[in-house]
Amino acid sequence: MLFDFNVISQWLHGALTSVMPEWAAILTESILVALAIITLYAVFAIILIYMERKICAFFQCRLGPMRVGKWGLLQLFADVFKMLTKEIISMRQSDRFLHNLAPFLVVIASMLTFACLPWNKGAHILDFNVGVFFMLAASSIGVVGILLAGWSSNNKYSLIGAMRSGAQIISYELSIGLTMLTMMALTGTLQISEIVEQQYAEGWNIVRGHVPAVIAFLIYLIAGNAECNRGPFDLPESESELTAGYHTEYSGMHFGFYYLSEYLNLFITAGIATTIFLGGWAPLHIIGLDGFNGVMDYIPGIVWFVGKTLFVVFLLMWIRWTFPRLRIDQILALEWKYLVPISLVNLVVMAIVAAYGFHF
Amino acid sequence: MNLDIRTVAPENLREEMLRLRREQKMNFLETLTGMDWGEEGGLGVVYTLESTETGERAALKTATTDRENPMLPSVSDIWKIANIYEREVYDFYGIKFTGHPDMRRIFLREDWVGYPFRKDDEPEKENPLRMTNEPLADVTESYVLNPDGTVVKETHPIFEEGEYVVNIGPQHPSTHGVLHFRVSLDGEVIRKIDPVLGYIHRGVEKLNESLTYPQTLALTDRLDYLGAMQNRHALCLCIEQAMGIEVSDRVKVIRTIMDELQRIDSHILFFSCLCQDLGATTAFLYGFRDREKILDIFEETCGGRLILNYNTIGGVMADLHPNFVKRVKEFIPYMRKNLQEYFDIFINNVIARNRMDGVGILSLDDVISFGCTGGTGRASGWHNDVRKRMPYAAYDRVEFNEITRKEGDSFARLMIRMDEIKESLNIIEQLIDNIPDGPFQEKTKPIIKVPEGTYYTAVEGSRGEFGVFLESHGDKTPYRLHYRATGLPLVAVMDTACRGNLIADLITIGGTVDYVVPDIDR
Repeated sequence: MLFDFNVISQWLHGALTSVMPEWAAILTESILVALAIITLYAVFAIILIYMERKICAFFQCRLGPMRVGKWGLLQLFADVFKMLTKEIISMRQSDRFLHNLAPFLVVIASMLTFACLPWNKGAHILDFNVGVFFMLAASSIGVVGILLAGWSSNNKYSLIGAMRSGAQIISYELSIGLTMLTMMALTGTLQISEIVEQQYAEGWNIVRGHVPAVIAFLIYLIAGNAECNRGPFDLPESESELTAGYHTEYSGMHFGFYYLSEYLNLFITAGIATTIFLGGWAPLHIIGLDGFNGVMDYIPGIVWFVGKTLFVVFLLMWIRWTFPRLRIDQILALEWKYLVPISLVNLVVMAIVAAYGFHF
Repeated sequence: MNLDIRTVAPENLREEMLRLRREQKMNFLETLTGMDWGEEGGLGVVYTLESTETGERAALKTATTDRENPMLPSVSDIWKIANIYEREVYDFYGIKFTGHPDMRRIFLREDWVGYPFRKDDEPEKENPLRMTNEPLADVTESYVLNPDGTVVKETHPIFEEGEYVVNIGPQHPSTHGVLHFRVSLDGEVIRKIDPVLGYIHRGVEKLNESLTYPQTLALTDRLDYLGAMQNRHALCLCIEQAMGIEVSDRVKVIRTIMDELQRIDSHILFFSCLCQDLGATTAFLYGFRDREKILDIFEETCGGRLILNYNTIGGVMADLHPNFVKRVKEFIPYMRKNLQEYFDIFINNVIARNRMDGVGILSLDDVISFGCTGGTGRASGWHNDVRKRMPYAAYDRVEFNEITRKEGDSFARLMIRMDEIKESLNIIEQLIDNIPDGPFQEKTKPIIKVPEGTYYTAVEGSRGEFGVFLESHGDKTPYRLHYRATGLPLVAVMDTACRGNLIADLITIGGTVDYVVPDIDR
């Protein structure tokens, strides 16, 4: 019933192999996929930035961008062009090579993770049997870029920001890893497509895993927010203390990369939450209401995935525009004294639930 | 009030000061004003002191006729705030204080030639507009008086070799203006703060010496721009008292209401900026939404929103706008309702509480010794409200509480301001319905000459005691007009409050002690 993207990819593969040899067809497909990733990456960054500006404005009794285009819809395009035309300033006394390398590491990490998201049934770019593991590994490359940025800028604010970021991201990766592990105990597989298929067949994980899954979801949201360096965990760049933290010295598109990856990381964090907890592209099904479920199946999976992801993004923005910032010792205390112990206990609970079949 | 000043010889000064401190419990050094009384009177200092226990006040002066190398004993070990005040006097008059640990210029550039407040100094002559960056010294000097009367000059480094020193400011989002802290860090922990002041020093006090009295009024609004009403009120009050002008009841009530509106405005901005500093941007805009209402009220009557230019000698510039009473009456319930929102979104938030509880504790002794008046002092339990200590305008006929707390931490400083908003609303509510009739302006002579004498008048500004020290020699311009800045003690106390705290706490503490930079630099 649900639209399967494999139809399109197989048709394309067939069409290409009929006019060119196998290797050339695969090469062409790879290029198309790469183009698709980059385009989606840019499009979602723009959507998210617009969304953030509008949501934050509404939280703050403002209107947000209104002048460029209807409801300020073209504002972001204007901003992107401005960013592209700005000069990239290189400074004396900085480590030129590392300074230029750092933003690319951050972008590469977030693109690799971005490629793991399941957009629809059959529409995965990277999908193999250790998918979740790969996703965690790829996402942690980003911290290297941030540390390098702080170190190579030769600026004290940047250095403090980078060190904070290092401490924070590495700590919170632990929580993310543990919540993932918790959910893997339930699903029994690390392959992302299978995780979603399973939820399509048996119900969303957050319902299937009930109490431990909800706890894991909340911990994941907190830790994921911290991974993205967003408020209330934005102290690596806390503007009121360190001006802009690790990217103080960046300008032009190099700064743009940090900006892009910040928003894309937000999307990815929400996307992973959707995939693991909220059923990915699986439509909303209520047991017993077959008619309703049938209607839901007509809505394509990509709409479900993007819709759910933007809902989680909204939750994270709500948090950001409500809470004040934590202090570095409080952030580490929250992680090591509260989240990690809770996650560990939660993992054991989930293991029991999974082993004895207490889940739905 | 006219000051009754006792003259003390420099060699007896320390002894006398120690006696006052010990026997008469004069623990609050209110002002320390440098003076140049010419060739005969010499260069000197006027001290005004108060005992916080008995309320007793004293004024002393001391002077030296040595203009080449003037030296006076320092009192910086008796009152901590004297450290900064004496640096100011050194900067302006070149008086070196023996025993002072850190004799550097404070407001002027370190390569400034001469001492501009001396009556015989010509500041323009040797100080062209310099096109180079200001040098910042890494060593400081002190003058030690030996028992045999000789003076030895010593130099000390400000920061040790290899310390990790970060500049917070002069361009920094959380210093609330052009303020510069050199902060020595150990990881994220603050070891020492050296404030570098004077980036927007405009020489207001020096300018005053060549302006007529009505002209001097214009500069007061530009000191603490969140206390524009009160600052100007203080100066008008001082001149009126000196000249014996009695203003009408209507003026007194109008001034009181305006002062309180200004206080609410300032406290709302305090809250907003603190939220911004702690990363709660939404709460920041909630504050601005409400502050806008006050600015609208001001705009209708005064024509200005920030620089109000409302008080004049003998009254106020214009009568109240016909809408004034209606607008203020609408504002009171509106503000009471919205104040609850501040608590919901920020003050009762667990993260905000953790950021403020127990951070930057100032003891009662410290705030008095540093002269931190206003909310910062009251948060540590010091009853210092000028409206209660020396009532002026219509404050003797309204009921209000002086809010104090005991904790002395950042949260207490925030809560003091929140409670003061409520008290100010109460004060306005009591007055708004019965503003007496009468002239809004007394007739004054076209040229105002203040009778000879030394006067000091204080009002409760938005962030503490704002005092005007006026010495008149009977001319149409003041001989010396010194302002007791509310912000200078608050910056001076930063080092004490921040040591051992984290760098993020510096922002919290700076936000809650609530200084405004133009008021510090003057």
